[in-house]
Amino acid sequence: MPCTVSMTVNGKAVSREVEERTLLVTFLRDQIGLTGTHVSCDTSQCGACVVHVDGRSVKSCTMLAAQADGAAVTTIEGLAAADGTLHPMQAAFREHHGLQCGFCTPGMVMSAVDLVTANPSPSEHEVREGLEGNICRCTGYHNIVKAVMAGAEAMQGGTMKAAAE
Amino acid sequence: MANPNGIGAPVRRREDARFLTGRGTYTDDINRPGQTHAVFVRSPYAHARITGIDATEAMQAPGVVAVLTGADMETDKVGSLPCGWQIHSKDGSPMKEPPHFPIARDRARYVGDAVAVVIAETREQAKDAAELVMVNYEELPAAVTSLKALEGGAPLVHDDVGGNLCFDWHLGDAAAVDAAFSQAAHVAKIDLINQRLIPNAMEPRAALGEYDRATGEHTLTTTSQNPHVIRLLMGAFVLGIPEHKLRVVAPDVGGGFGSKIFHYGEEAVVTWAAKKIGRPVKWTAERSESFLTDAHGRDHVSHAELAMDRDGNFLALRVSTVANMGAYLSTFAPSIPTYLYATLLAGQYKTPAIYAEVKAVFTNTVPVDAYRGAGRPEACYLIERLVEVAAAETGIDKTELRRRNFVPASAMPYQTPVALQYDTGDFAKNLDIALPLVDYDGFAARKAESARRGKLRGIGFATYIEACGIAPSNVAGALGARAGLYESAEVRFHPTGSVTVFTGSHSHGQGHETTFAQLVSERFGVPIENVEIVHGDTSKIPFGMGTYGSRSLAVGGSAIVKAMDKVERKAKKIAAHMLEAAEADIEAKDGRFVVAGTDKALTIGDIALQAYVPHNFPLDELEPGLDEQAFYDPKNFTYPNGCHVCEVEIDPDTGVVQVVSFAAVDDFGRVINPLIVEGQVHGGLVQGIGQALYENCVYDEESGQLITGSYMDYCMPRADDVPSFTVRYHEDQPCTHNPLGVKGCGEAGTIGASAAVMNAVVHALSEYGVTHLDMPATPERVWQAIRRHTPAQAAE
Repeated sequence: MPCTVSMTVNGKAVSREVEERTLLVTFLRDQIGLTGTHVSCDTSQCGACVVHVDGRSVKSCTMLAAQADGAAVTTIEGLAAADGTLHPMQAAFREHHGLQCGFCTPGMVMSAVDLVTANPSPSEHEVREGLEGNICRCTGYHNIVKAVMAGAEAMQGGTMKAAAE
Repeated sequence: MANPNGIGAPVRRREDARFLTGRGTYTDDINRPGQTHAVFVRSPYAHARITGIDATEAMQAPGVVAVLTGADMETDKVGSLPCGWQIHSKDGSPMKEPPHFPIARDRARYVGDAVAVVIAETREQAKDAAELVMVNYEELPAAVTSLKALEGGAPLVHDDVGGNLCFDWHLGDAAAVDAAFSQAAHVAKIDLINQRLIPNAMEPRAALGEYDRATGEHTLTTTSQNPHVIRLLMGAFVLGIPEHKLRVVAPDVGGGFGSKIFHYGEEAVVTWAAKKIGRPVKWTAERSESFLTDAHGRDHVSHAELAMDRDGNFLALRVSTVANMGAYLSTFAPSIPTYLYATLLAGQYKTPAIYAEVKAVFTNTVPVDAYRGAGRPEACYLIERLVEVAAAETGIDKTELRRRNFVPASAMPYQTPVALQYDTGDFAKNLDIALPLVDYDGFAARKAESARRGKLRGIGFATYIEACGIAPSNVAGALGARAGLYESAEVRFHPTGSVTVFTGSHSHGQGHETTFAQLVSERFGVPIENVEIVHGDTSKIPFGMGTYGSRSLAVGGSAIVKAMDKVERKAKKIAAHMLEAAEADIEAKDGRFVVAGTDKALTIGDIALQAYVPHNFPLDELEPGLDEQAFYDPKNFTYPNGCHVCEVEIDPDTGVVQVVSFAAVDDFGRVINPLIVEGQVHGGLVQGIGQALYENCVYDEESGQLITGSYMDYCMPRADDVPSFTVRYHEDQPCTHNPLGVKGCGEAGTIGASAAVMNAVVHALSEYGVTHLDMPATPERVWQAIRRHTPAQAAE
């Protein structure tokens, strides 16, 4: 049975008629054309599909589009400023080489932003625990952790330290 | 002033801008007008005869366009997926090479073997209809583990491959080894399993086939590490499409780790089906399908013996390995447990005699092929575990025993007894850097401190050397490769001085768009933003052998250098003409072309413009244009090497192992971008730690069902499982035979880490008398080992 789902995605109102079983991630990728949100594991294990729904991080492969009806959704495409300036967390990932193949990156960045929103000055241990739901196969997490700590500082308004070492 | 974007600079990656904003373009992100979706019907049995397929009901399901089977492919004369490497057994006979059809015809040989494909308007419709395809199976007994498959009376995976033996190969001088063993004062022995792993690139495999009726051209967009190789294998051997009518594109690819080198059946199916139904066909694996069908890695069972004299000098090494090939031969499978494994068994040591035997076995499991390191981690793990056993048994300190047996830097180039010739390496130096870095002398105090908290502590070393670059074509050809192993590049200066570089290497996380651009910026002084690196499209790139075996910079980068040499030669000719000087008098440096001893000079930008506006060129001597192509075929492998040190703490009550520190000291030759190199090391280390502590692919030994078929059951290392790392490298042993002096860094972490971690784990458990533990050292295994070795009264 098709149903109509309406939500705000990256500040724009969207409405589509979809099958009831449509997942939020499928809605975003196939209906709205926002392919920055990725599907990697299908079982809520890897976090590649993390988006924000009403400001909180959600694995969009585990939520029906219909459940997000009326919600405000932010995807990786909506994180940077309108003029293209990267969000401090995006900038920190670039500065600290926190990504390689880029496939887990959108989910990783969205999770990191949520983590720092809840805990503005996380310790390395808290960052590692906080990202436990996001799998990266490339980076060994070392530079992701560095990036998240630097991104947290930048989100606090601090200046980003150069990764000199 | 040094070029801030030149060689040695930690240039921030240029590709990141698109990946960080969701604008990467991976295969599944691409959609075509009229596109259909393919879903495969896969065998639920490890081994079964297919006695009938009834698609009547599926064909009537909503949205279904076609249901195609192996019989349809047979009718269209679709061939078998070819194997790219031929091994000969001891007796000279060629390996057994049974056919491997993209869709099984009469028999399914592993759980996940494709038996039909459903093509529908939407993915969901195809998935629903796949449930309705009725396949009649007659289940057969399965041969699941390599050792059981070799036993007499084991079920045959292929009726015409007796004993399931693909080949029985050997390398080295058996007689010399026997003689050395008879003189030995001490022999250390080990039996070990290098367990099967599932590569798990985060992007699942995907393939999109298109056919243009107007031109007769096929296009395959696929998650590949080497699109030209796919074009060659699929075009020439499977579908019979000539190269000029087949374009293969590998766009952004989300990690490979070896698993995306190979030509997979799904690629052939979507390409074939797109023409058959006259519409684009897309397939994207779900993760469970990745677990079931991506080529797996490792899966060796080995016995090894090391003969020593009374001073601990290594006299000889004897190794016998059984390697699981899975149900069919994947593209490079036979080369992994042979020429990428046994040839590395000398490690960093001057062991004078080595003999290795390898039996490769077919089983009813998914094919096994290269996974990050590919043979070399298996060799390193075996040698380095055996060396630690030898150290424990002889009472010689493990660092001293290694040092005593290192090939000295002064012996380079060094010919090993197992075919390779190391060009450079200073193994003692790696160890010298590592020891203070990890405060080896302070270990006893740290162990005592751990003990006060009720914890066990161990320190483990691994020294490794790997053969990378893969390799000179003539050597690879002599060893059984059915392809050349070089790389191509084209460097095209445009009239306004910007540059496009076309490379046959493929980046799926390695950062080529940055590193390769640094080479051009360094050489010609061109701003890095004016250099574009193009890869992954057979319609644009001259040719390519792709990215694997840590070869991109050593081989692909060298091809770019060679093309830049040609550009420079041509630019000198143009400069000589423009400056009215002799060509021999033109000196090129940093993009300036100067008449020696004068202030007459041109920039490369001036020359590029003139090259395309040749109003007064002497056309008999000087062609217009500034665009050069080169193929680079290396003279030898490259030999990255290093020393990895791991320290672990174990909770004896729970068996939980924690990696408390890990230091990697590596020699990658010259480093172009240290930021990227260190990132490669970090990632490699965690894959090695993953093998040591977490990852294990398990099939049910009777039914052949994959037990570890999701991230619930296959334990991937996560951020809170691993520490931050101490990474050091030195550059004073550059590769002697490529123009950049580079050796490669992509696999090193994975090669050294598993051995270092396991040596640390066994060291920590040694106070219980534990001398070996197979990977992964899960809490359960560690706890059991402690229990087994604890006297009953003490356990109470």
